[in-house]
Amino acid sequence: MSWHDFLHMGGYGIYVWSAYGVAAVVLIVNALLPVFRFRALRREIERGVQR
Amino acid sequence: MWIWLHRLGSPPYFYRFAGRLLPWLWTACLVCLGVGLYWGLVVAPPDYQQGDSYRIMFIHVPSAWLSLFSYVLMASFSAAALIWRVKVAEVLARSIAPLGASFTFIALVSGSLWGKPMWGTWWVWDARLTSELILLFLYLGFIALASAFDDPRRAARAAGLLAVVGVVNVPIIHFSVQWWNTLHQGPTVSKLGSPSIAFSMLLPLLVMVIALHLYLLAALLQKARCELVARERSSRWVNDLLPGRGVGDELA
Repeated sequence: MSWHDFLHMGGYGIYVWSAYGVAAVVLIVNALLPVFRFRALRREIERGVQR
Repeated sequence: MWIWLHRLGSPPYFYRFAGRLLPWLWTACLVCLGVGLYWGLVVAPPDYQQGDSYRIMFIHVPSAWLSLFSYVLMASFSAAALIWRVKVAEVLARSIAPLGASFTFIALVSGSLWGKPMWGTWWVWDARLTSELILLFLYLGFIALASAFDDPRRAARAAGLLAVVGVVNVPIIHFSVQWWNTLHQGPTVSKLGSPSIAFSMLLPLLVMVIALHLYLLAALLQKARCELVARERSSRWVNDLLPGRGVGDELA
């Protein structure tokens, strides 16, 4: 199977890849949000301790 | 078992326990995702009726199952929080809501993208689709209620009641394809005994189902740890997590 066939998906490429694309974006955002929130929280708590 | 559950209800213990578990969960999740996606998108044969479009199934079906499973979990956490006032249960319910909403959203969007080439329409107001849309609104209502109060405990009680009452929607979604004549196809996997789906398609689907369950668990624990620290930011155990306190478990 070639790359072209893989991306083409028998003519349904646009539907298949949009579905997986949306899923990937949503799942990655959900996994990364706590990482950023932790950083912000940590700064906030450290400031609170110094005061 | 009960003693262990009781200990898990203590925020510092839960925080450490989840922290130990997370790297393993993420690793297992990524491995299963890699295997499942390769198997489903490359190895599995095209369907004799639907061609390659059926490959949307490998994300659509697990997301739809997980949208229901997350809701049952959210309602159970909420019930535990309402009955026993366990703070960790409140935090878990609050943390799983956006994940459940995400799975519902993915199920709806991927279903729509599958429906367009197969049924010729993005959307129909049939029982399965409509009840799944209501599920999304239940999640959004829960999130809105849980953020509508300044006091997190009152917010958790109000939102928890909505979650518990909304459980009626879960069996409606599950049986909608049997109770009503819908455009959505009936169950092909869960028919007891003889699933009407070829093994070459069923196995990658099961791997994807496992992968997304692992994702749900890992993302839930990660969100819950974060939420727990945010709520308990002035408590002693959170301050002990700061670097240089020699406790070992850092804030991360």
